[in-house]
Amino acid sequence: MAGRGHPRVSGVLPVTLGFGTKAVGMLMLADKEYVAIMQLHGEVSESRLNDVLKEFTGEIYQRPPVRASVKRVLRVKKIYGIQMLEFRYPYALIVVSCEHGTYVRKLIHDIGEVLGVGAHMRELRRTKTGPFREDDNLVTMHELSEALYNYRELGDDSQLMRCILPIEYAVSHIPKVIISDGAVDALAHGADLAVPGIVKLHNNIRKGEKVAILTLKGELVALGKSLMTSEEIKDSDKGYAVKNLRVVMQAGTYPKRWGKYK
Amino acid sequence: MLVNTNGSFCNNFSVFLMDLTSEGFKFVLSLDSYGGVDKGWLIKRDESTDEKFGYFPPLRPLSQRLNYGVIVIDKPPGPSSHEVVSWIKTMLGVHKAGHGGTLEPTTS
Repeated sequence: MAGRGHPRVSGVLPVTLGFGTKAVGMLMLADKEYVAIMQLHGEVSESRLNDVLKEFTGEIYQRPPVRASVKRVLRVKKIYGIQMLEFRYPYALIVVSCEHGTYVRKLIHDIGEVLGVGAHMRELRRTKTGPFREDDNLVTMHELSEALYNYRELGDDSQLMRCILPIEYAVSHIPKVIISDGAVDALAHGADLAVPGIVKLHNNIRKGEKVAILTLKGELVALGKSLMTSEEIKDSDKGYAVKNLRVVMQAGTYPKRWGKYK
Repeated sequence: MLVNTNGSFCNNFSVFLMDLTSEGFKFVLSLDSYGGVDKGWLIKRDESTDEKFGYFPPLRPLSQRLNYGVIVIDKPPGPSSHEVVSWIKTMLGVHKAGHGGTLEPTTS
């Protein structure tokens, strides 16, 4: 853990447990929202700052910072919106809604360059990761430790159960396909999903789109990439509909009934 | 306490009294609204699920939740995302845990 240099970041961090960890990619690739304190290095007016923030909305070019976890080439990142919540020189409180992998620290530095006075990020809080929002279901480390104490020492698991959401919430923001019980175990063994295994599916799934494959009970079986559109799946009775990308459910949870979808 | 054919315990009678297929779909619809998905649904055919296998997610017992669960942590300033994950792993005694995107991408 060399070079830990940015302790002033906090906020929504979904932690997946056990087999559920295999679904974590869907959260990493999901959009994020941050609240940041920007410290300006010279005087600018509020309206000028607002104008510049507007310029940084949409597609921006960003070169990752010197100390980055990715290759330092110019990348295009989508900024869905930047809003100023409060301005009190030299600080500006801003909300940034952006694509995954956007460096907010770099974004603020670049805003400072365009303003001509320079700026840096003073503090950062993530308020949204994919479907998870700051105002909903957030668990502090203290709450978790208390819930664990109540369970281990007092035998009451209710608080702990409330802390841990079913893993399905981690894929709640992507399109879904529901399959028959008979198809589950083949999927859990890594097979692709054929049309006869599908019972229900979302409308308007595009070819190549990431989908969550669920049982009729609503359990997450695997993550996949659609090989057909929803319409094509609806109109066909054979062929592969979804490529299996990542298995979440442990094999053997449902009985083996390969090749027969009754 | 009831034992289903899986050999797993089911301490809730209601599982056997409710229609798991329709409850399952209601749960999926609730996921849609949680995640902001507003696409409609296409029904290929009518089929029901066997209560003997798997778990209706909201009624998963704790042991299952530790394997198919997610905790949305409010990461405090200070420790890194990796440290938080490793603490949780130790605290809960789970063999594996991961996080949905580090909060400090410049640190390793």
